[in-house]
Parts: sequence; C-alpha cells; structure tokens
Amino acid sequence: MELSKEYEAQSGNKMHFEFVPWTSFADRMLNELNSGGKLCDLMIGDSQWIGGAAENGQYIKLNDFFDANKIKMDDFIPATVVGYSEWPKNTPNYWALPAFGDVVGWTYRKDWFSRPELKAEFKKKYGHELAAPATFDELKQVAEFFQNRDIDGKKVYGASIYTERGSEGITMGVMDVLYSYGFKYENPDKPYDMEGFVNSADAVKGLEFYKSLYDCCVPPGSSNGYMTEGVDAFKSGQVAMQMNFAFTWPGFNTDANVGGERTGYFANPAGPKGEKFAQLGGQGISVVAASDKKDAALTYIKWFAQPSVQAKWWKLGGYSALRAVVEDPGFAKSQPYAQTFLDSMAIVKDFWAEPSYATLMQASQKWFHDYVVAGHGTAKQALDGLVADWHATFEEEGKY
Amino acid sequence: MSDHLVQRVASATPPKLARRIRGVSDRTIAWMFVTPTILLLLAVNIFPLIWTIRLSLTNFRTNRPNNPVEFVGLENYRKILTNPDTWASLQATAHFLIWTIVLQVVIGFTLAYLINKKFRGNDLWTTLIVLPMMLSPAVVGNFWTFLYQPQIGLFNYFIEFFSGVDPASFSMIGDVSLAPWTIVLVDTWMWTPFVMLICLAGLRSIPPSIYEAAECDRASKWRQFWTITLPMALPFLMLAVLFRGIENFKMFDLVVQLTGGGPGATTLLTSIDLKREAFEKWRTGFASAYAVILFVTVFGLASIYVKALNKVKDR
Repeated sequence: MELSKEYEAQSGNKMHFEFVPWTSFADRMLNELNSGGKLCDLMIGDSQWIGGAAENGQYIKLNDFFDANKIKMDDFIPATVVGYSEWPKNTPNYWALPAFGDVVGWTYRKDWFSRPELKAEFKKKYGHELAAPATFDELKQVAEFFQNRDIDGKKVYGASIYTERGSEGITMGVMDVLYSYGFKYENPDKPYDMEGFVNSADAVKGLEFYKSLYDCCVPPGSSNGYMTEGVDAFKSGQVAMQMNFAFTWPGFNTDANVGGERTGYFANPAGPKGEKFAQLGGQGISVVAASDKKDAALTYIKWFAQPSVQAKWWKLGGYSALRAVVEDPGFAKSQPYAQTFLDSMAIVKDFWAEPSYATLMQASQKWFHDYVVAGHGTAKQALDGLVADWHATFEEEGKY
Repeated sequence: MSDHLVQRVASATPPKLARRIRGVSDRTIAWMFVTPTILLLLAVNIFPLIWTIRLSLTNFRTNRPNNPVEFVGLENYRKILTNPDTWASLQATAHFLIWTIVLQVVIGFTLAYLINKKFRGNDLWTTLIVLPMMLSPAVVGNFWTFLYQPQIGLFNYFIEFFSGVDPASFSMIGDVSLAPWTIVLVDTWMWTPFVMLICLAGLRSIPPSIYEAAECDRASKWRQFWTITLPMALPFLMLAVLFRGIENFKMFDLVVQLTGGGPGATTLLTSIDLKREAFEKWRTGFASAYAVILFVTVFGLASIYVKALNKVKDR
C-alpha cells in the first residue's frame, strides 16, 4: 500500500486493496476468478494458479505488453519467471510479472546457539559444533538437543514445522524436505508418469524423516500449524528453529523478543546425498481478464517493473525478484536475512502448477497429514496412495 | 375498516375493475396470494435442485468454462459410492451425529428438568446456560482451539487437575483417537442449550392438573416421570433431535475451525469433503452428485423420522 502511493500520485489512479488471510485466499480469489468477478483488476495470485488461470482465460497474456514496454523477463530471477509467470512451464508465454520472490527457509535462535554451556554440551554429545545445520540429519540433532530443554526457566522445543491440514500447509513443509531427499514429481522422459519418482525409496526416506521430526521435536499441539503458528512459536520463544517462508523474516528482525542478533537465518539443509532444494513460495502480479480497467492495470505493472520501484519495494520489506536489485553488491548485506534469501532462491522447486493443482494439492494434504500427524500406515503406503491419486487426476484430465 | 371507508373505496373503484373483482372466486384469490411464494420457492429451492441433478450427470467444472460439458450418466454416483474415502467420511459424520445427539438430548433434557423446578436464580441460570448457542460457530471453533492447546489451554489443565496427567502429554485436536471426541464435545457445549430450551417448552406445556391427579393416585415421582413427564415431553424432544440431526449432518464451520478435517481425515465430515470437491477442486458435476446423495439421505431419514414424530404426537 505504501509503495503504491507513488503510483497513485503519478498516474491519478486510485488503488484499493483486498486483503484475505492466506489460508482462505485461494477460496476467496479463485471463486472470484471462476465467476468472472470484477472485484480485482490486478491479482497477486499464488504461483500454482498460473496454469488454470492461463488455460481458462482468467489472466491476460502479457508477452505483447512486455515487448512494447521493454520489460524483459531476463531481468528477473530465473526461478521466479518459471514459477510465477510462465505457462506452459519453460516456454516464453508470460501471464504475470514476478512480484514477490519467496521461498521456505529456516530461522534459528542465534542467542541460544551461542551460549557456551550449550555449545559445549552439544559438541560433547554429537561431536560437532552447535551451529546452523548444513544437513537434515544435523537439523534433527539440533532439534532433539533443544526439545524439552529448560532455557531461562522456560521449557523450549526443537523446531516448528508445517502441519496444517485445511489448505496447503503440510504439503509445503513435506515437499520442502522431500526435494532434498531425491523426490521428483515425474519421470523426466515421460511426463505425468510418477511411479518410482514420487514414491522412490529416497522419497520414502524423506517422508519418514519429516514424520520423525514431527514425532520428536515439535511443541505439543503442533498438529495443524502453518505460517502464523510458526511465527507465534518462534516469537514467543518456544522453539529453537522454525521452518517458514522468507516473507516472515523482516518481522523477526524487528521483533522485541527475538529481533536483531537473537535470530539467525539459514537456507534449507542438504539431504543424505548432498542434494539441496527448497520449496518456492511467492507470487506474480497478473491482470484479470474480466476487469473493465485492464489498461489502467497494465500501467501499474509497467510502473512496478521499474528498477527504482523494485529497489524501494525491497527497502519497504517486499522481496523483489528483479536481478538488478538482488544482484546489487550491497544487497547481501542490506538485511541480516538477505544472503539466506539469495541462497534459498537459487535452489527452489515448486509444486504442480497444472490447472488441476487444487485436486493434486488436496490429495497430498490428505496423504501427508494422514501419515505424519495421524500416524496411519507407512511412508511408502502414503506415497503409493499419492501416486494413485495423482495418476487418477491426470487420467481424468486426459494427460496420463 | 369502517363501513364508511368501505363504501368510499367501493365507490372510488372504477366500474370495470369492480366488475372483474366481483367475478373472482375465493379459490382464485387464494392462488393470487400463494403464487408469489410458490414462484419464489421454485426459484430458490426447486430450480437449483433440478439444476444440481442435471449437473450431477455431467463432467462440468466451474473453473473450466472452455471445456466441453459431457453427459456421463451415473458415473459420478458410481465413483462416489465406490470410494472408500466417501464411506470413511460418512462414518465420521455418523459418529459425530449420533454422539452429539445422544449427549445433547440427555444433558439438555436433564438441564430442562432442573431449570423447570422453581428455585432462586432460575432466570439467571437459564440465561447463562443459553449463552454458548448465541455465539458464532467460527468464534467458538477458534477459542476452543486455544482451550485445547496442550501448553496454554485450560482444557488440558482441567484434565490434569482431575487425573494428574501431564497437560503437554496429549493433544485433543492432534490425536486420532481424541479428535472425533473434541468436535463432539464442542458441539455439545454449544448446542445443548438449544435442546434444553425446546425440552423446557415441552415440560412447561404439561398441565399441572395431571400431576395433581397423579399425586391423588399416590403415584411416586419416579412413576410420574416415566408415565407423564417423558411421554408428554417426547414430541418436543423428538423435534429437538430432528433439528439437531439435520443441522449436524451439514456441520461445517465449527469443525473446519477446530481440526480442518484432521488429523488425516479423522474428522473430515461429509460437508467439508463436499465443499472441497465443489469449491477447491472445482469438480462441479462430481460435487453435485455428492450433494444429491447427501440430500436424498437426509431427506429420506427426515421423512421417516417425521412420520414417527407424528405417530408419537397422535398418541
């Protein structure tokens, strides 16, 4: 809103914003798009909507507009262009301007990690320094070390991870770990063929790891938590580490309880074979096809794409996806989390962005929650079930 | 209306119109009054129902306006009825429905019976008891999530106080065996007052003379309860069961707020499942078939129940 005041002054157009809590955002806004509503002229929609919105004519294609206004996609972080703008993926068909780069990473209590007595105890127990973990095995060691520990007279816990059932929470969390364990969405040589990729032995190990982390090292009552619950757990000093999207980090940095030097940031650790990936978040900004004010909406995108506006966007707490901003020599040191953001954005992978993404997401929510939280069956059964459901969805779509 | 006014209206009515009105029968006038209501009902109830049945026979998806809509016959129905997840969801709903009704009827009737006795502070207690049902289900769901929170929730501390179990050692919402009971408990807390009010109306409708006659016949209080109170309050009790049954069959907001259908699919009630099919997956044809199945189930059960209710009333 603050950023857009400049646009309002320049263009004379008045901007109105519709704020919806994230877990209800898809319900509210997809309803709007599907019903051809004119509530929004511009939509900062989730990256996974791009396939459906493009194929169903809900967003306008921006290629000609970009060409006419010399907006080049090469100027943006490649992962954000693929994730937020392209459909079909890896083709030069653009439906959004990358607006907010985001990725799942970790925060940790730097002040606790630097206590000499804890460092000594940890080193004695595990044989290496208590520091931001470099592998998921180390992450679990740290989480176990802090679980139920008494710090300053208060019981604390190992880590806060995503477990939310209703929207996309547990899928974002599990995928964030599975990628580094070797999970792949499909056979690279045969699209939509998932047998042996989604449910590979490595993926099974990854899912087992996530469950073991849930079983050993989260605060009691963490069976349905997502971004807000993670923020609360970390800010209230309950957990030593927290999985969350990068957009939450500026809030920690300025927080009275955990701000400044008390919080550190690290990118997703590596899996058992050294692979290191992270779950992409973030959004692009698109023009809604049903809008009566498409021209005005395009003037906003043109204004927003300017390097000076993008630089201001970062200063105000937004995560610019413009390379000129993030590749600036001073960027990495401009905020304590800036380097971690860069490291994380370099290793992103994203969930399906197919038109049927919601069906695919509901299936993963069900199988992951059923195994990790409810404790039903085995990791192999959960991933086999997921493959069957995803195959059925693509079969219904005529793609498999 | 005075005769004078009637005469003035009659004389002011144009002769042609007056002749027409004189020719309108009582039956026609009745239809004139009823027709707008019937049209409204057709528009908001019957037409959507017919449209839903029509959609249930297709592969229509609201979010795919460009896709051709194909007639798929009873395929959607077959998929739903042969899907183990649907049956698991129906089982979760049945568990919720049966236990909430049992608990609400027993506690609600007991409270009504006690409140019906004249005592000091009677009105204050009635007001306090009905407070939960005045709250929004979303609000109730939200604050019960806090009450159930193992670290700060009062519920777990309450259990610890009576049992000595460590409050952080169990999670009502996160445990597969406890989660179905958490939603039963909250719904019972919220809606027992409603059952109580209906039962109270039933108890207060029993003429005191019947009890006086029973006293004369030296019937014990126990006997009076089983032969007078319960039979005469039974139609009211059954009405409460009908209302709560229909309401809980379509329970959504409270449970979504509390558990989101989890852990896993433990508390995934049919209405939540249906909403996800219709407005998250956007499988409109499939969801329509699901809705029709649920409608037929509720309608069928309610019809049988209403017949039984009428029999009880006629006794």
